[in-house]
Amino acid sequence: MRQLLSLLLAVGVIGSASADSFLIKNATVHTMSAAGTQEGADILITDGRIAAIGRGVQAPAGAQVIDANGHPVTPGLFGGLTHLGLEEIGLEPSVDDYALKLGNMRPEFDVTLAFDPASAVVGVGRVAGVTFAMLTPSAEEGRGNQPGGTIIAGQGSVVALDGAPTTYSRALFLDFGGDASGLAGGTRAAEFMLLKQAFTEVRSPKSLLPDDQRVLTPAGRQALGEFIGGAGVFVFNVDRASDILQVLAFAQKEKLRIAISGGAEAWRVSGQLAAAKVPVIIDALADLPGTFDAVGATLENAARLSKAGVRVAFTLDSTEPHNIRKLRQTAGVAVAHGLPWDAGLAGLTRVPAEIFGVADRFGTIERGRAADLVLWSGDPLDVTSLPDRVFIAGKLQSDRSRQTELRDRYLERVRNGTAR
Amino acid sequence: MARVILALLSAAIVTGCASTPAAKPAEKAHAAPIPVSSNPYPSTYRPRKVAPTLIRGATVLTGTGERLDDADVLIVDNRIQAVGRALQAPADAQVVDGHGRWVTPGLIDVHSHLGVYPSPGVRGNSDGNEASNPVTANVWAEHSVWPQDPGFTTARIGGITAMQILPGSANLIGGRSVVLKNVPSVTYQGMKFPGAPYGLKMACGENPKRVYGSEKKFPETRMGNVAGYRAQWIEAQEYIRDQDEYQRKLAAGDKDPKPVKRDLRLDTLAGVLRGEILVHQHCYRADEMATIIDMSKEFNYHVSAFHHASEAYKISNLLAENHICGAMWADWWGFKMESYDGIPENIALVDAASGGCAIVHSDSEEGIQRLNQEAGKAMTVGRRAGLTITPEHAITWLTANPAKSLGILDKTGTLEAGKMADVVVWNHDPFSVYALTDLVFVDGVVQYDREHPTAPVSDFMLGQPSGPGVAP
Repeated sequence: MRQLLSLLLAVGVIGSASADSFLIKNATVHTMSAAGTQEGADILITDGRIAAIGRGVQAPAGAQVIDANGHPVTPGLFGGLTHLGLEEIGLEPSVDDYALKLGNMRPEFDVTLAFDPASAVVGVGRVAGVTFAMLTPSAEEGRGNQPGGTIIAGQGSVVALDGAPTTYSRALFLDFGGDASGLAGGTRAAEFMLLKQAFTEVRSPKSLLPDDQRVLTPAGRQALGEFIGGAGVFVFNVDRASDILQVLAFAQKEKLRIAISGGAEAWRVSGQLAAAKVPVIIDALADLPGTFDAVGATLENAARLSKAGVRVAFTLDSTEPHNIRKLRQTAGVAVAHGLPWDAGLAGLTRVPAEIFGVADRFGTIERGRAADLVLWSGDPLDVTSLPDRVFIAGKLQSDRSRQTELRDRYLERVRNGTAR
Repeated sequence: MARVILALLSAAIVTGCASTPAAKPAEKAHAAPIPVSSNPYPSTYRPRKVAPTLIRGATVLTGTGERLDDADVLIVDNRIQAVGRALQAPADAQVVDGHGRWVTPGLIDVHSHLGVYPSPGVRGNSDGNEASNPVTANVWAEHSVWPQDPGFTTARIGGITAMQILPGSANLIGGRSVVLKNVPSVTYQGMKFPGAPYGLKMACGENPKRVYGSEKKFPETRMGNVAGYRAQWIEAQEYIRDQDEYQRKLAAGDKDPKPVKRDLRLDTLAGVLRGEILVHQHCYRADEMATIIDMSKEFNYHVSAFHHASEAYKISNLLAENHICGAMWADWWGFKMESYDGIPENIALVDAASGGCAIVHSDSEEGIQRLNQEAGKAMTVGRRAGLTITPEHAITWLTANPAKSLGILDKTGTLEAGKMADVVVWNHDPFSVYALTDLVFVDGVVQYDREHPTAPVSDFMLGQPSGPGVAP
C-alpha cells in the first residue's frame, strides 16, 4: 500500500465537517468482519477511528449522539471500477482523462494523476453512501488515423470520496476477449501474444529486441516489472468462459495475483476460479448476450459463483462514474436471484477492499480502524432506502451535493407553480 | 381494416400525339387516383382464448390511483371483468392465490430500442438509426424490429406487457415508432398493439448536431436543429394544403384534378399535423423543451412527451400546462453536457406540478427489466424531498401515464373493467429491489410464470451454452 499523497487536503467546497466524537446508538451494525452483525449496538467514533462497538457504550463529554433507532449501519460502500474524478461529463474530451491513445503499450500510464477529488461527481456518490472506489483507466480503439489504446489500459488506485487526493494501493487493468480484439490487431489470440512479449521484455532484459520491435518503453518495463513482483493486482476485463480459462492459465504460469472483471460467463468456470482463488468483479445486472462473449450471461452469476466459493465484488458494466450509487441496487438484484444477503453486502464492502489490498483501511467496521460508515434509513441493498449519515475517516460528511443544490432551487418553484 | 383513402400518387400520362399537325397543345390528363392503404402493415396479433382467471386476496394497485387491499381481479375473455372484494369465480376459472402478493397493471415502457438495437449488439443487428440524413420521417421502426431479440423475454420477466419501439436519436426527425405487445412472435406484426396510433421520434440538442456537425453537414448547432424542424413542418403544411385542394376539387366534381405526388416523409409529418401521429421528442434541456413547445404552437401540433428530459423539473409547470408528459430516468445524468443538470428527484418534481404527467422510461435493455425499481428510487428520493408519493400513485408512472402518452389509455394501463387484461402478479411490494414477477398476463394469457419457466423464447438462445433462466 502506498500513500501517493497523504496531504489530506479538504479541497471540496462541500466537504468534511469536523473531527468531533460521535456516538451512534442502537444500530444494527453490519461489521462485515468476524464480529458479524450486531443488533442494538452502539458505535463510538473518536479521532477519526472506531473507538468502540457494542451495547451500552458511554458517550464521552462533547460527543454528538445519533439515535439510529435500530436502523442498519454498514461500512462505507464501494463505487466499483470507475472513472470517478476522471470524467466530469461524458463525450467531452476536455474533461475526460481516462483513456490513453498513444497507440503503444504503456503500463506506466497512471490514470490517478488526473484524479480531481473536488469533482461534482464525487460529491454525488458520497451523499449516496459511496466512500471508496477504484479509479480505472479504459482502453479505446483508434479511429481513422488516430491511434487508440492497447490491451493494457494502465494503472489505477483506490481513493476515498472525502475530497482528498490520497491514493491507496495499485492495480493494472487489461482488456481481453472479443471486445478487446480491436486493441490487438483484430484477434483475441494476439492479446496473449502481445502480453507474452511484454512479459518477456521484463523478464529477459538481456535478450531485448531492437527498439523498434519492442512493445514496452523502459518505464513500461519497470512498471510492469513492479506488478509482476507483486506491487498490485492485475485486473483482466474478460467475459467469455474460454477466455477466462486462458487468463487463468497465463496467470498461473506467470504466478500473478489477478482478478477478473466483467465475467459475464464466469459462473461457467466457477470451479476453476475457486481453485485458483481468483475473485470476480461483476455487473450483476448483465443477463443479456450483449456480445457473443456473454451468451451465457445470467442474473444468477453472483449466486452461482458465491456458491462455488468464488469471492464476488460488484461493479457497473459502464465505468462512466455518474451513477455509481446504482451499485448497491445491483447487489440487491443479485440477492433477489439467489445470492445470500451477507455476500451481497460483502461484495460492496469487504471483498473489493480485500481484492485491492486495502482491507486494513476500507470495507469493515472494526475497533481501531478508520471510521468509514453509513447509517441507512432501511435495508442498504434496497432501492427504497437512503443514507441518513455518511462518515469517512470519522468525519460526518455533508449531505449536500451539486444535485441537492439544483433540487432545492427548483423544488420551491414547483410548489409555487412557477417552474416554467 | 385498411381504410383506403383516395389520393396522392400520379404518374402523368401524356395523351395526344405530337405529330398531329395543327393540333391543340397536348392536353395532360391525370391518372385515376391510386388507392393508398392507411394501415399497410397491420397487426396480426390476436390473443388466445383462455379460461377466466380470478386473482384472489391480493394488494391491488389499480393504476387509477387506488390501492385495494385483500382484493380480487377477475379476467374473462382476455379482458378485465371486475376488480373488487369477494368476487365470484366462474365455474371454469383458474384461481390464483394473491395473498401476500401485489397486483398491478402490466408495465409499459414508452422508450425502448428492443428489436432495433437487439442483443447481441453486433453490426449485423444495428438497425436503430438511419443516420444518413438528419430527417428520415419516411422510415418506420417496425421495419427494423427483430422479434427474436432476447431482450423482449427479459423485459417480459420484468413485467413489461407493452412498449414503444423508437428509432434512435441521431436525427432531428428519426422516423415512426411502433407500439408492441410483449408477446412471443416470429413477426413484428404478431406483436403490434392493435389500434395503437403511430408515434414520431424527434430529437433535440447534442445528438443530431454531433452526428452531422462532426462531418461538417447540417445541422451543426442548436439553431440549425430548429431551422431543420421548421423547414419540415412548412413542407408538411404545403403537402396538406395541396392534398386538401385535390380532395376539394374531386368533391366539387372536377374530373381530372392534379394529384399530389405521394411522399412517405410528408405522409408521416402530415399525420402529426392532422393529430393522427403522436410526437415523442428526445430533449434534455429546459430551454430547448420550451423552444419545442413554441414550435408546436407555431405549426399547431401537440408534443405527447419529452423523453429523457433531464431538466424537466425546471419547467414542471410549463409541461403540465401544455399537457406534455415527461418520460425520464430515475437517476442517469452527466453522460453528456446536456444531461449534467439531471437529478434523481426529476420524476417526482414533474409529478408534483398540478396536472403533471411523469413517466419512468428505460431507453435500455437493462432498465426495461426493472422499471418498477426505477420508480421505487424516484418515489424514495421524492419523499425525502418532502413530497407525498404513495405506491398507488407511483404505479401510474409505469402504467396509466405511459399509456396516455401513447394514446392507448382507453385500452390498457389500468385495471378497469373492459380493458385488456395486461396484469402483473408480484411476489412482493413491486417498488422493492427484491420484487419478482410471479405471473405476467398479456390480454389475460399467461406469458410468464416464475414457477413454470419455459424454454428460451428467443430462437437465438436455443442451443447456446446457456441463457437467461436456463440452469447450468
